[in-house]
Amino acid sequence: MSLIHKTAAELGRLIATGETSSVEVAQAHLDRIAAVEPKVHAFLHVDPDGVLAQARAVDERLAAGERLGPLAGVPIAHKDVFTTADMPTTAGSKILEGWRPPYDATVTQRLRAAGLVILGKTNLDEFAMGSSTENSAYGPTRNPWDLTRIPGGSSGGASASVAAYEAPLSTGTDTGGSIRQPAAVTGIVGMKPTYGGSSRYGLIAFASSLDTPGPFARNVLDAALLHEAFSGHDPMDSTSIDAPVPPVVEAARQASVDGLRIGVVKEFGGDGYQPGVLARFQEAVDLLESLGAKVVEVSCPSFTYALPAYYLIAPSECSSNLARFDAMRYGLRVGDDGTRSAEEVMALTRAAGFGPEVKRRIMLGTYALSSGYYDAYYGSAQKVRTLIARDFEAAFHQVDVLISPTTPTTAFPIGERADDPMAMYLADLCTIPSNLAGNAAISVPCGRADEDGLPVGLQIMAPVLGDDRCYRVGAAVEKAFEDRWGGPLLKEAPAL
Amino acid sequence: MTDTLMPYDEALAQFEPVLGLETHVELGTVSKMFCGCPTAFGAPPNTHVCPVCLALPGSLPTANEMAIESTIRIGLALNCSIAGWCRFARKNYFYPDMPKNYQISQYDEPLCFDGYLDVEVDGRTVRIEIERVHLEEDTGKSTHVGGATGRIQGADYSIVDYNRAGIPLVEIVTKPIPGTDRLAPEVARAYATELREVMRSLGVSDVRMEEGSMRCDVNVSLMPRGATEWGTRTETKNVNSLRSVERSVRSEIERQAAILADGGRIVQETRHFHEDTGLTTSGRSKEEAQDYRYFPEPDLVPIEPDPEWVARLKAELPELPSVRRRRLQADWGVSDLDMAAMHNADAFVLVEATVAAGAPAADARKWWMGELARRANEAGTTLAALPITPAQIARVTELVASGALNDKLARQVLEGVLAGEGSPDDVVAARGLQIVNDDGELSAIIDQVIAANADAADKIRGGKIAAVGALVGGVMKASRGKADAGRARQLILDKLGVTE
Ligand SMILES: [Zn+2]
Repeated sequence: MSLIHKTAAELGRLIATGETSSVEVAQAHLDRIAAVEPKVHAFLHVDPDGVLAQARAVDERLAAGERLGPLAGVPIAHKDVFTTADMPTTAGSKILEGWRPPYDATVTQRLRAAGLVILGKTNLDEFAMGSSTENSAYGPTRNPWDLTRIPGGSSGGASASVAAYEAPLSTGTDTGGSIRQPAAVTGIVGMKPTYGGSSRYGLIAFASSLDTPGPFARNVLDAALLHEAFSGHDPMDSTSIDAPVPPVVEAARQASVDGLRIGVVKEFGGDGYQPGVLARFQEAVDLLESLGAKVVEVSCPSFTYALPAYYLIAPSECSSNLARFDAMRYGLRVGDDGTRSAEEVMALTRAAGFGPEVKRRIMLGTYALSSGYYDAYYGSAQKVRTLIARDFEAAFHQVDVLISPTTPTTAFPIGERADDPMAMYLADLCTIPSNLAGNAAISVPCGRADEDGLPVGLQIMAPVLGDDRCYRVGAAVEKAFEDRWGGPLLKEAPAL
Repeated sequence: MTDTLMPYDEALAQFEPVLGLETHVELGTVSKMFCGCPTAFGAPPNTHVCPVCLALPGSLPTANEMAIESTIRIGLALNCSIAGWCRFARKNYFYPDMPKNYQISQYDEPLCFDGYLDVEVDGRTVRIEIERVHLEEDTGKSTHVGGATGRIQGADYSIVDYNRAGIPLVEIVTKPIPGTDRLAPEVARAYATELREVMRSLGVSDVRMEEGSMRCDVNVSLMPRGATEWGTRTETKNVNSLRSVERSVRSEIERQAAILADGGRIVQETRHFHEDTGLTTSGRSKEEAQDYRYFPEPDLVPIEPDPEWVARLKAELPELPSVRRRRLQADWGVSDLDMAAMHNADAFVLVEATVAAGAPAADARKWWMGELARRANEAGTTLAALPITPAQIARVTELVASGALNDKLARQVLEGVLAGEGSPDDVVAARGLQIVNDDGELSAIIDQVIAANADAADKIRGGKIAAVGALVGGVMKASRGKADAGRARQLILDKLGVTE
């Protein structure tokens, strides 16, 4: 098996034992990137020389006897929404084209400290706003399963890079489903940790109270290893939780659901769900029962209001977070010809630098926060948020985890929903409640829909700081399905 | 365009003022409010900056715990309730000197609320109700280059220094203050003065108004005498000294009265005070109020001060200025009038420091309120700005008490110190101001004086001891003031064989 098809855990082991080197592994992935990027367009920035230099440095550290983590020397694709001092950081926006941050995000620092080799920066919907990566100012990323379809979003470059074997691991961020939905539609694993479990410092903000960095991988154990590598308390992020990282790697190795109580969320299903998605989901339910779990139906009535509440809270926060892009200190500057006022230059720059979806959300949020509307919109949405958290709390009194399809449909064709924001927003119907409540949730592959042969994801939701349960159940499902399929789902993807 | 003013007495005859003050105090913490950058004043532009205070993409604030503690102490000193749970909020508006284009402040959940500060004006105590004390961050500082006004309108270009961006600011807001009547300007000044003293006693800020570490916005409205509904208020900014606080209130009363008496209406607006003219000019209109779209700051967790901690901070508050003044007044045995005079002259702290340096209270007060006040006045400066320290004054009083100097010589010593000739001892040595204590030298002078005043000497010998004053005066004159007058008197009587 070639190096690019190995798991991250295996690569880490081979590098640690000297059977291969980080440079060799990096080169194999750079070759793959060179071969498939013209079709996939997962990356916004790759610097092969820089990659090899990083890999050499890790090889030297290992040769010098330094003890690094289990992922030392393993390559990773990094979402272009985390700051990197040695690479440009754009957040998928024209307004930051060419910006070189003077500092590394905490997640970036921790990847480096663990000896991971950053292959490059991956494409995303502008400022992580979208579910298809079509909102990137630098062109869409394509789904490796079907190049005419979307790879999900906003972390579409991250999911596509892993699904296309350009990287064994990638980072993503999940604000309303931006890790789980891309993972589901590309047939890989994507985890949204508990809010505050991974640091937001250096993550270019979309919606501060929702944004959560998390891992992508082709299997549950790899995702857990990456989760462990960059998570944990960060004094630079006040909202970071000062508690140990849940035992995610141990849970992924445990891979058992025997005796667990699993709740099926009653509110997710029915109209608007693709039949093939519902069929695969039911199969997963049956599988879990056959593995010894007790599956019950659980009602979470407030989840019905999650989508509208999210589309008030997230735009409100984004309207304020994105105010700093004003042409004064960094990024694009338009119209500064010596005759215009600072205010005019700000307006011209923002008009030219932001794409239509970003502008739509800034306007939506500005409106929702306006005096006279605040209580009706932002205020009500916060109340819904509280109700959703209570629904979760009540549900987790009855069951250990909740499950649902990750998304109502498989990957849709590029362009299909581009002019219909409401249809686009529905892609995150099942994922949003966990962002509003801040609890942990993972998406693992659960087969392909009969209609289109495209991957379907199973979402497993666990309580706040119960991240390990996602991995435990996810790994059990993965193991049982792989036994049935004769290997990972991704083996069924067409060659690129 | 200059505004018409109505003479103050006439304005007060027709209208009653209502005051309100919003005071910003920069806290003297080592680091900024939401990052680790230093707060020191006067560094080269844009050297005290980092990703956080420049609002680089991805950066996040972390709250400075010392600033929270200082704010709670201020709240406690102002008799406020302390919130058990409160949040920061974002105040959204675009301005180039505000890096994030929102200010992290507090909105409807201030850290401290419902307090008061008593101030003394004209012999009576006025209770100023405090509405709230909250914590926020300062903006950067814009300099507008070119153009006539130094304001952003009409400038060729503007430059921004972000060193100040993110320095912790405490905002102290009073409730409306009615009923001050013609003392409104003095009450405003007394409040600002007392607030400054409180900040100093807490050690939370250097409260230098000229450097902007304490800034007052003064709200004034007028209503016709007998009316019950308050008028439209204006908010005067840029008030950079205690004296300006008083002047701006007076000037704004005179301006508004002229408009109202003429049947006009007051525009709700921000106004700027000008030190040179003592007048205010119109700034931004607040009629179309800016919508700041406040919402709770999602990047920071709520503040939940532990009640035990708050109780401890309260117990550990230093003696507050008003209490200290009452205690020292009793210690020093000074009248209310003298206390008020010292307070008004900003001499209190200096007198206290001089006493602490070993001088008797009466002497300390005498020098600061007498000779030094006169010299400060002549120089057009304040007592605190005179180049002389309380310790030096204490040394002068010590020299007088030991008999080494008399008052006349002491004044010359002070003059020397103020002229930069060194310490009191340096001046005494350099100018040769030591009292003549050598009986031999004094004796020779007395012999000359007796010889020159034979008539007076005879009268004294004849029992008219009162006449000795003329001879002592002669000795003092002949010694150019350096003789010890008491000793001279004794020697003269001895020489003339007279006993008292
Ligand atoms: Zn800073």
